[in-house]
Parts: sequence; structure tokens; C-alpha cells
Amino acid sequence: MKIHEYQGKELLAKFNVPVPAGGVAETPEEARQVAESLESGPFVVKAQIHAGGRGKGGGIRTAATPEEVEEVAGQILGMTLVTPQTGPEGRLVQKVLVEQAQEIAQELYLGIVVDRSLMKPVIMMSAAGGMEIEEVAAKDPGAIIKEAVDPAVGLMPYQVRNLAFGVGLAPEAMKAATGFITNLYKMFVSLDCSLAEINPLVITKGGAMLALDAKINLDDNALFRHHDLAALEDPAEMDPLEFEARKHHLNYIRLSGNVGAMVNGAGLAMATMDLIKAAGAEPANFLDVGGGASAEMVANGFRIILSDPRVKGVLINIFGGILRCDRLAEGVIQAVREVDVQVPIIIRLEGTNVEEGRRLLQESGLTFTVATDMQDAARKVAALVQ
Amino acid sequence: MSVLVNKDTRVVVQGITGKEGSFHARACRDYGTQVVAGVTPGKGGQKLDDIPVFNTVAQAVRATGANTSLIFVPPAFAADAILEAAAAGIKVIVCITEGIPTLDMVKVMAALKDTGARLIGPNCPGIISPGQAKVGIMPGHIHLPGPMGLVSRSGTLTYEAVYQMTLLGIGQSTCVGIGGDPIIGTDFIDMLRLFEADPDTEGVVLIGEIGGTAEEEAAAFIREHCRKPVVAFIAGQTAPPGKRMGHAGAIISGGSGKAADKIAALKAAGVTVCATIAELGQTVKQVMKY
Repeated sequence: MKIHEYQGKELLAKFNVPVPAGGVAETPEEARQVAESLESGPFVVKAQIHAGGRGKGGGIRTAATPEEVEEVAGQILGMTLVTPQTGPEGRLVQKVLVEQAQEIAQELYLGIVVDRSLMKPVIMMSAAGGMEIEEVAAKDPGAIIKEAVDPAVGLMPYQVRNLAFGVGLAPEAMKAATGFITNLYKMFVSLDCSLAEINPLVITKGGAMLALDAKINLDDNALFRHHDLAALEDPAEMDPLEFEARKHHLNYIRLSGNVGAMVNGAGLAMATMDLIKAAGAEPANFLDVGGGASAEMVANGFRIILSDPRVKGVLINIFGGILRCDRLAEGVIQAVREVDVQVPIIIRLEGTNVEEGRRLLQESGLTFTVATDMQDAARKVAALVQ
Repeated sequence: MSVLVNKDTRVVVQGITGKEGSFHARACRDYGTQVVAGVTPGKGGQKLDDIPVFNTVAQAVRATGANTSLIFVPPAFAADAILEAAAAGIKVIVCITEGIPTLDMVKVMAALKDTGARLIGPNCPGIISPGQAKVGIMPGHIHLPGPMGLVSRSGTLTYEAVYQMTLLGIGQSTCVGIGGDPIIGTDFIDMLRLFEADPDTEGVVLIGEIGGTAEEEAAAFIREHCRKPVVAFIAGQTAPPGKRMGHAGAIISGGSGKAADKIAALKAAGVTVCATIAELGQTVKQVMKY
């Protein structure tokens, strides 16, 4: 789960990771009030959306006075911010973070992720602050210092020294760096983060170390033990159909094509998308209705797929394992009747009780196109969109 | 004849009195697997049909000689269940549970290192050695005993692949779903090593998907160590970056985990990669000259 920068910074502050003084605002007036409550200008006004590259799109601006903060906030709030990460449609800005501007002496990168191969949290630090870490890794991998943390012993002081001295910090900065890195790691583990990225981490001209930006992602699988964190999710940042699907415990991701797909199992769903593409069409979505899809889930899945006006046809690809094809066929028939489907439907059923399932579909009086196998389904999809 | 599980495997089902646990314990038994025990804390002394239920895995192992565990407990308790099985001396632990926090798996993997236990999964369909033993949730009847090993990160996609092979008369030695999570107990390389050493496995089907670099690592291993032919398919060629495609581990992030990179690495290692899943069965037939 992604959260906003301002939420990430609130969490950082709770774990004693220093952040610039500031606050979030939803209106220009609130933005001015936040600025007035801060010690002095200049200020920074930052658009709060779940996408990077905000500065390039005009979503991060400086302001000298609280009045100017109000004016700048008025321009940013309500704008559709387009950045390299939002796609061309951009993202509506509904909140801004107003902060004290900093006099920066040095910019660094600090990030923590779980490395899948090492199976451990890995702390990464680099002197190339402000740059995407992937970019640094591609250009100069040696510039990134990495320390993998053994979960049994936790983060050791020598590892912090390896990181901080490794990126060339001066001995005077060591105390602040130790606190910063140690507390960030504590937060990562305590809150079940999947990513904690401070880019840039800055050292100010006054010698303070601050998280100038914060990208914190949380492990969805661990939210059951962090109920307070689940509330940090911002539905406005999600595709409305994806949000709706999640309420019904469906794994749906909207894509840009016109062939809807309903599949059981994530791997088969991806493979079905690929098959649609290989047949010369474009998938409109990823949808995994799960191994135990009920008639109700199938109906909800249909409703969500068809809410996308681009969808010109639907491919249902079900491999009945434990779940029997006849039950699935019943669910599909019920759903099609309820939802009043207006586009052609191609069904490919295979597995347990497939004959009974196909018979039910044929006798339903509804106009399904039944495909015999995946190849056949692909051909029929291609014909559909031509 | 097979790897990891066979006709001598003795299974204890952890979480056997739950809905999933009882259903699949029976399905495994009906397939012919020796399901010798179940565990549900507090329900020791009960029975599921004729399968005795114990309070702890240690008790189950002592009483029944169970050597393989199949886990159905909810995500919050799964790390505990895995380590309980390992501590009781279980050597093959199959964890079906989906949704275990990643940092729980970090701890589990560190703790398992010195136990000699092999974990399959989590978030996986399990293991089947057709005709011998089914320790998982896959539909047994689509399988056929035979010479192909299969290893996959996905569930239903595996069934699809197996079914295509079975329809062509190509049987399987052992099929293993290694799981769709970012951190899993057994990876492609572990399975390739086992299949390479198994005299009755003639070739391997490898089914990967977007996310991580396990397929690239497998490709490097295949190039150096595998003499048996490998046929592969990678799901998610049309998946957008930054979106989790159902499985917790299926995400392209920071330019890494793309299907195209995995396909290129596998091809460079001499693996035959199918363009679509629909071609898998036929491709195996051609490559293996069956």
C-alpha cells in the first residue's frame, strides 16, 4: 500500500527520524495558516499525490511569505499534475504539504527494501541524493553502499558505520546519521514496510540531517496487525474500478485495451492477458476471481469489467480444479442474466466437470461463444475485435 | 520416479479441522497419499474420518512418523506453524497459506536455515508426484505419471500446463508450485537441481512470471548445470509496471522483474520459451520428441 509523503513524514516523526517542520493543507487558506505557524520563510509547497517526479510537473514550488504560500497553494490545489510517473492523464491534487524551506549543504539517498534473493531487509545508501536509485545502480553500482540485516540480530552499529562512512560522511555527522538510519530501520520493521525511501536525505548548512522527501510503502499482507495504518489509504489515488473491486475481494487492475478478461488464478489471468495481446487485441484488465469464485463474485467481476466503457468483448477463462466447471457455469449464467451484458462473451472452460459446464452454457439460451481451448479462445478474441 | 514426495511420504496436515484443511486433507487421502495425522491446537484426540488429530506437530510426529507437513493455517499464524513443523523434525513443509507478511517470512527463512527442513511456498498449490502422492490443493485427476518435472510460481497456470501435457499423453514425475510470494522457501534453482538429479525426470517445464529475478537466476543455473531440456513460459508480458498482479511477488518495480528480461535470459541459456501458454503442451512434445 502506498501512502502520501505527508503521512510518511508523520510516521517518520513518530520514530524520531527528523523531518522538516510543516503540515498538510487542503485549501489555500489552510496552507497559509500552516506557513504562519512555522518559524519563518521561505517555504516549500508540495503537491501530495502517489507519484514521483512532482517537481518536473510544477507540483513543488517555493514561496517567500505565507501570503505567497496561499497563492501558490491555490495554483497547485485542484490542478491535474502530470509527471513521468502519472501517465498522460495525470493526477488531481487535493492536498499540499507546506514546509519550511531548507538550506541544503548535501543531498544523499537512503532506502530500505526486502531483498528477495537475500531474503533480508537491505539498507542502501548513496551520495547521489535526488537521483532515482535505479539510475544510480545502472550508471555506477559501486556508488551504492548496501547492508543486509540479519533478522535475528537486527541492525548492528558496524553496518551503520559502513553505510555512513561508505558514502563519505564526515565524523561529525556520524551521530546524526546513526540515529537517522537506526530509527528508520526500526520504523521499517515495526510497521511492516515494504519500502522506506528517503530521497533526498539532506544535511542542511546548519548541520541538521532531515528527510526532505519520504516514500513509504506498507506490506498489504501485514495490515491485519496495523489497523491504524490501513486508514492511511487514499481512495482518491486509486482507480475507482480497482477500489470497487477490492471491496468485493477481487483482484482487478485496469488496463487500456478493449477485451475484458475474467480468470481464476493470478498466473492464468496474466497468461490470458498475454494471449489476448498475442491474438492482436489489447487486454482491458487483469481480473483474478480466485480459486473459490462464487456466483456472486463472478457477477461482481462482470459488473466491474463492464463498467469500463472501452470493453467491447469479454473472455472468460476458467480452469476448474477443485472448483467445478458446472458450478462456475451456473455462476456465469446467473451473472450474465443479472448484469444484462451487452457485449459478446467468449468462454473457455476446462477441468473438473467441464462437459456438464459446457452443456449448461449451451442450454442457457444466452449467446456465449464457447472456445474449446486457449488457442481457440485466442482466435475467437482476435475475430471479435476485428 | 519423483522428487520431494512419493508413495512413502507420511503427511501431517496443520490446520486439519478448518474448512480448507479438512477438505484438502480428504482430497489428498482420496488421491492415495498417506495422510497420517492432523494438528489443531486444542483439538488433540479428535479425528477427521480416521485421521487422528494432535495438539502439536511434535506429538503427531512421535505418534505417526509423519515426515511431511501440509499447512492451511491463517496468515497471522503461518510463520509459527512452519517453524513448529521444522522443530518437530519435519523435512518437507508445504505451506499453502496466502497473505503471510513478508517480514514474517524473513524471520522464518533465517530460522529454517539450520534445521535441514525444506519449505515449499508459501502461497502455493503444493506438490504432486502423479500416481504416488498429492500434498497440495491441485486437482489430482488432471495429472498423469510420466517423465516431465514441472516447477511454477503459479497455481491455475500450472494446472493449465499439466492438463495440456496430459491430453498429449505426456506425464509428469513431480509438479511443484513454489509460490507467488516475494520470499519463498524453495526456488527454481532448488527444483532444477532436484530434477536434474532424478533419474526418472527427462525434462523440466518452468513457469515463471513478472517480479523479482528468480527466472534470470534460474537461467544462469541452467546454462551451467542442466543437461536435461527445459521448456519455459513467463506470464505477465502485458503487465504494467508498478502494479501487483494478484500475487504479492508479481510486480515490476524500478525497471526490474520484466517478462522480456526473463525470456531473454532463459533463451540465452538454451531454454525453449513458449510465446503463449496455449503452446506449452505442443512445445514440450516437440522439444522432448515424445
